[in-house]
Amino acid sequence: MGRYVARRLLQMIPVVIGTTFIIYALVWALPGDPFAGRCGARPCPAAYVADMTAKYNLDDPLPLAYIQYLGNLLRGDFGETFQGLSVGEELLRAYPTTVKLALVAIAFEIIIGIGAGILAGLRRGSFIDNLVLVSTLVVVSIPVFVIGSVLQLFLGMRWGIFPATVGGDASLYNLILPGFVLASLSLAYVARLTRTSLAENRRADYVRTAVAKGLPQRRVIGIHTMRNSLIPVVTFIGADFGALLGGAIVTEGIFNVPGVGNLIFRSITTRDGVMVTGAVTVLVLVFLLVNLLVDLIYGWLDPRISHG
Amino acid sequence: MPVSPRRSVVLGAVALALALGACGGGDDGGDAAGEGANTVTVRGCNPQGDFVPANSNEVCSGDILDQVFSFLVRYDPETGQPENEIAADIVSEDSQTWTITLQDGWTFHDGSPVTAQSFVDAWNWAALGANATLNSYFFEPIQGYADVQGTFDDEGNYVDGSAAAETMSGLEVVDDLTFRVTLAQAESQFPMRLGYTAFAPLPQSFYDDPEAFGQHPVGTGPFRFESWDPNIDVRLSAYADYAGDVKPSIDGAVYRIYENDDAAYNDLQADQLDIMPLLPTSALAGDTYRIDLGDRFVSRETGVFETITFAPESVDASFTDPRLRQAISMSINRPEIVDKIFAGARTPANGWVSPVVPDFEDGACDPYCTYDQQGAQDLYAEVEPFEGTLALSYNADSDHKAWVDAVCNDITATLQIPCQGSPVVDLATFRNEITARQTGGIFRTGWQMDYPSLENFLVPIFATGASANDGDYSNPEFDDLVRQAAATPGADGAALYRQAEQLLAADMPVIPLWHRVNIAGYSTHVENVRITVFQTVDLLSVTTTG
Repeated sequence: MGRYVARRLLQMIPVVIGTTFIIYALVWALPGDPFAGRCGARPCPAAYVADMTAKYNLDDPLPLAYIQYLGNLLRGDFGETFQGLSVGEELLRAYPTTVKLALVAIAFEIIIGIGAGILAGLRRGSFIDNLVLVSTLVVVSIPVFVIGSVLQLFLGMRWGIFPATVGGDASLYNLILPGFVLASLSLAYVARLTRTSLAENRRADYVRTAVAKGLPQRRVIGIHTMRNSLIPVVTFIGADFGALLGGAIVTEGIFNVPGVGNLIFRSITTRDGVMVTGAVTVLVLVFLLVNLLVDLIYGWLDPRISHG
Repeated sequence: MPVSPRRSVVLGAVALALALGACGGGDDGGDAAGEGANTVTVRGCNPQGDFVPANSNEVCSGDILDQVFSFLVRYDPETGQPENEIAADIVSEDSQTWTITLQDGWTFHDGSPVTAQSFVDAWNWAALGANATLNSYFFEPIQGYADVQGTFDDEGNYVDGSAAAETMSGLEVVDDLTFRVTLAQAESQFPMRLGYTAFAPLPQSFYDDPEAFGQHPVGTGPFRFESWDPNIDVRLSAYADYAGDVKPSIDGAVYRIYENDDAAYNDLQADQLDIMPLLPTSALAGDTYRIDLGDRFVSRETGVFETITFAPESVDASFTDPRLRQAISMSINRPEIVDKIFAGARTPANGWVSPVVPDFEDGACDPYCTYDQQGAQDLYAEVEPFEGTLALSYNADSDHKAWVDAVCNDITATLQIPCQGSPVVDLATFRNEITARQTGGIFRTGWQMDYPSLENFLVPIFATGASANDGDYSNPEFDDLVRQAAATPGADGAALYRQAEQLLAADMPVIPLWHRVNIAGYSTHVENVRITVFQTVDLLSVTTTG
């Protein structure tokens, strides 16, 4: 186990270096001088351009500039944005909101997704089963910005049940609407995954044995069937959590959530290369760690899978 | 009931989700917009730089700095006419040496007094090459500007001590409340500029730590800077000792930052945002905003002017005959495009100066900016026919495609010249290619005025070798007229500027298209919303209803 974790951690090093290099190269290789559009119709003062070029090592060859960047990164220095703000602090400010939003979304996936999946899986072919199948199909086929905008219009603006946007006050209540929108797609997948998995396991030999032993129905489903049926679902939710921590550009945009997605979107549009590289580096790390965690949990839930 | 370890994982995850989600749950107090009753919320955006006046050249930071700072002159929000604010008097005998006296009693928000030194030091700091400010070229007209620039080595680092002087010789403090500005050459409209953000005075504390100041500016204006929470909001509160004539009636303002226009507009409709200075295109289409907001909107012409420039002759020699350029201009149906595409958020231009400029006179472009198919065809018949396809370049990262296609259709329909919109990936790349003189054909240009004066619409764009002269226009007669105009004060000077503007109709280096009209919306919580010619909210006039 310990050796497995150590090996996985070591494997992360080339992945992180590779991805950051690609992002760094892509961001700064965009055509045109990033300071060309800063002064409207006239070119910026020569002194300003020279100063910025020196500050971001833009005159060095790319590998050299990258090594300088990586060196700073290893010392924990993510650099400064064009506004003179520390990239590290910006990320620390945006992350709690994104984590909160991701947790709200996961809560919806667990409560509604698994709930609906169990109901449908226990009564295959019934009205409820069909209802779940049709409604998840609808949700899967509608793009998230449509769901977001429609819910915002009715629940936020027309009926005023939730605030239309979140802004600086990222409280649990304010995050319910964006959290639900963010969860909607995965929620549909979770429901279908739970249903299929449950329905399959109900026909499994060990369940038949349990029923034959005369165990009460509650115990057969609640303990024997559910435990095994939820293994793929937990894996899916874990991987989804990793993806949600990467920020949700569309949903955060619609609801003005000051999270990582908004931060990255803004940095890309203003060509703030340092911010983009910094944010993506952290995203890569978070994604790798969450994936490792999910793999470990997977092995723990299903002892047949060994990480020895 | 014993809980198995595996079940506890799931339960634990749910519990953790709920517990973490619950922290930070605040209560919603205050009015509909979530702020104190006499505070207004304004749509803000993320500044591209810090809050140092010499580094602010875009609306996100400029908007806020203009509330936090007062200037020597203040532009009347209705007419754009400059009026003395901190200045008691700005006088000159020869339009070259200006003596500026300040009113007594102005203070910075940290309590220190505003003196002549506050201005002279701030301007010297902004002009100094070593400080590499974005707005340094505003100080170029002052004598001794070149001496403080210094040089940069190959790496782009400033060479210490390379500047011949640390301060500009044209700035001289006479006494506590008087200073003298000597310009390199006469400029009769010099006082017009002094209300621009770059000319703000700075307190002593700025020089101790410019970076800290950039995160928390200390000004002289009606509002004190309270806090900046990046990506979330900027908070301002009314400054009790503000020395201006009109005191704000609100207690403060929150510039709430939105990345997405539509999100802000939705908040406005839900009464959760008070003022949105510029409504999004989606709300303007089909006059939707009139249905959504009723009469809670104001529209205001602003100093943003949109044009099409012909590539310089050195790059593309197809347009040397001015009659071809005039014919192209006459084939564009401006009123129809303004109506159909911009839904009234533009007004057709008939000259090269914005109507918000106090000395503006309409019709400098007559008759070449009026849609006239027959006239255009007659002119075109006199010249060598254009060969190939006319490319109209624009930056594809903003809403330009619709009008570019419409303009091209008009040109093709009238002159039978095949015309094609040519998108360039983003503004930085687009401007880079134009500055490097690589873009041929015709291309989109725009000018956002720095201050409402005739000079600002003519000299930086059309004088020989000027910084925004993208078409390399050069007409000795024009240069001569603007030089004379600069040396002539008052109405005579304005007349000379207008005479120079008339020359542009004959040469047509740039086709005037339209001037931008700002349509702002507001919530039921505020009244008396006025927008300035700079597209910002006049917070001094806003009142709350509750």
